[in-house]
Amino acid sequence: MNIHEYQAKELMRQRGLDVPEGRMATTIDEAVAAVRPLVESTGNPVVVVKSQIHAGGRGKGRFHEHPDLAGVNVVTDGIKGGVEATEAAVRDLAERMLGSTLETVQTGPEGKKVQRLYVEQGIAIERELYLSVLLDRTTGRNLLMASTEGGTEIEVVAEETPEKILRETIDPAVGLADFQAKRLGLGLGLSGDALKNGMRFMKALAVFAKELDADMIEINPLVVTEDGRVMALDGKVGFDSNALYRHPDVAALRDETEENPAELEAAEYGLSFIKLDGSIGCLVNGAGLAMATMDTIKQVGGEPANFLDVGGGATTENVTAAFKIITRDPNVKGIFVNIFGGIMRCDTIANGVVEAVKQVGLEVPLVVRLEGTNVELGKQIIDESGLNVLTADNMRDGATKIVEAAS
Amino acid sequence: MSVLVDVNTRLLVQGLGSAGRFHTDKAIAYGTQVVAGVHPGKGGTSLRFEGDVDQSGVPGRGDRYEVDVPMFETVRDAVAATGANASVIYVPPFGAADAILEAAEAGLELVVAITEGIPVQDMVVVKRALEGTNTRLIGPNCPGVITPHQCKIGIMPGYIHHAGRIGVVSRSGTLTYEAVKQLTDVGLGQTTAIGIGGDPVNGTNFVDALKMFAADEQTEGVIMIGEIGGTAEEDAAEWIKANFDKPVAGFIAGTTAPPGKRMGHAGAIVSGGKGTADAKIAALHDAGVIVADTPSDMGGAMTKAMQQAGLL
Repeated sequence: MNIHEYQAKELMRQRGLDVPEGRMATTIDEAVAAVRPLVESTGNPVVVVKSQIHAGGRGKGRFHEHPDLAGVNVVTDGIKGGVEATEAAVRDLAERMLGSTLETVQTGPEGKKVQRLYVEQGIAIERELYLSVLLDRTTGRNLLMASTEGGTEIEVVAEETPEKILRETIDPAVGLADFQAKRLGLGLGLSGDALKNGMRFMKALAVFAKELDADMIEINPLVVTEDGRVMALDGKVGFDSNALYRHPDVAALRDETEENPAELEAAEYGLSFIKLDGSIGCLVNGAGLAMATMDTIKQVGGEPANFLDVGGGATTENVTAAFKIITRDPNVKGIFVNIFGGIMRCDTIANGVVEAVKQVGLEVPLVVRLEGTNVELGKQIIDESGLNVLTADNMRDGATKIVEAAS
Repeated sequence: MSVLVDVNTRLLVQGLGSAGRFHTDKAIAYGTQVVAGVHPGKGGTSLRFEGDVDQSGVPGRGDRYEVDVPMFETVRDAVAATGANASVIYVPPFGAADAILEAAEAGLELVVAITEGIPVQDMVVVKRALEGTNTRLIGPNCPGVITPHQCKIGIMPGYIHHAGRIGVVSRSGTLTYEAVKQLTDVGLGQTTAIGIGGDPVNGTNFVDALKMFAADEQTEGVIMIGEIGGTAEEDAAEWIKANFDKPVAGFIAGTTAPPGKRMGHAGAIVSGGKGTADAKIAALHDAGVIVADTPSDMGGAMTKAMQQAGLL
């Protein structure tokens, strides 16, 4: 689960990580009202107005409605014009940003509608660094990754100057040790107060990741200010969905308007669903088999309309929901149900499919391939239902049949 | 011969909710010796399993089975009373990490965690805690381990397996079944099939499994099934190239999967941009592995690998 920048910064602030002061606004008036207290509290006439969407690349992103306007804007009018000038500039920005669609390298061409702004104090930046915490699957431990190349996408740094990426693996029994934080700090060229503050920041971030079950934290840039503070100028945090049950405060930060409605509905039924652009709907058990089913459909000349893993514990009701989600997509010209029952029983799938067709009808060809636990029972249920179903003996046979039937 | 489990395996089941009971029943029907159960509040009772014997399992049994499995509050008690030497875990996600730790503390050498959805940070701690112990963890989020006609631990359908010559190791549950069924259909069969699980932090990786198969005389070849993400397949390819002289076939799922969102990409950076299906397939080819184009070709790829090695 992902959260907004302003939420990530609030969580960081609560855990002793240094972040700029800021206020979130959902209306133009709220954005304007944020200016005066912010300027008065920080003594800095400069503020930044940042679009809050669940995608990176906002600074370089542009609005569909305002092709010259960036997703993040620094307001310096207050240096000469005082707080009233800042308020006027923020009003003008908020009018254009709120409700408009921001397209970045990560949103895709459809962009994302900006419904929240974050008005933040300006910071006198001396250096921009990069810091992230993520899981290293090879060691099975969290890893702190840092770079002097702040503000640049880490993928680019890894590609062009991999030697500039520093790493420290975190032993879960110890946490990030002082010597590790120091090694990273020195590697980033920090000294004096900045080194001390940097080490404190890194250690607190490692604790943050572990205690809140964050599966990815990326701070780009992490900045060193002219007075030696080390703070997060941006913050992107993703949480392990499987651990949200023990963090109700984090779970409450979920912004469902940022998520695909069909994927949300699928998640409610315990289904793992990703919408794609093709015409063959897929209902599969197991992530590996679901991916392989998509691969096979492509190999025989079709295009999958979705990835859908019903999981191991699905009930007839879940399967019915899955079937409905697939059939609702107008691009779907055929459906391939591919099940190899293990923990999932074939009769459960069969009942779900029959029930769904009863409820919503079936206007496109359907191929069902069943194998594994309770397969005979499953086949019997399909046979006795009287549904117009093509059966298949194996995955390629099924994929071939559905691609032919749908074309 | 086989690896990990055989007719002498004495299984303890942790977590006998509805899924745990369902699959325990199937395991007993297959002929697995289930000697104990651990479930909160059930200590001192016993649980009866009865039904028709699964004839694809351990041979030489009658038509019906009727077993009373004694229940315990703790793993230690269960092991002391029954001599269990392996455990399977069906405990729900919030308690599963603790169940693994409890099994390891009781000295069990094999722990198979079926549970899906264990928080990653729980597994980070578990993996660290298991370092230096004698416990081998398989999973979590896996179908389990089976040695055909000897012992079935987990949720895989038993009837698709047949004793034979090939070791199976896979990150994906349902794709394991595909591979197993095809190996049975082409007449190669399996020595042992190991589902290592799809979670980012697991107890046993491809290289661990390959080492076991290398030491097993009966295993003549291995099929490994991977998927996108992480670098376990690349690591395995490197190890095969340097150390493994048995024929290997493989399959990687996710060739056509849409590129992940950026957070996923940043994870791949750690390993220098590896992790795509293409990178994995290239690494396996380089190690002399015969890679199946589609999952329906896995049995064919294994046959080809065995022929090239002069074993067919």
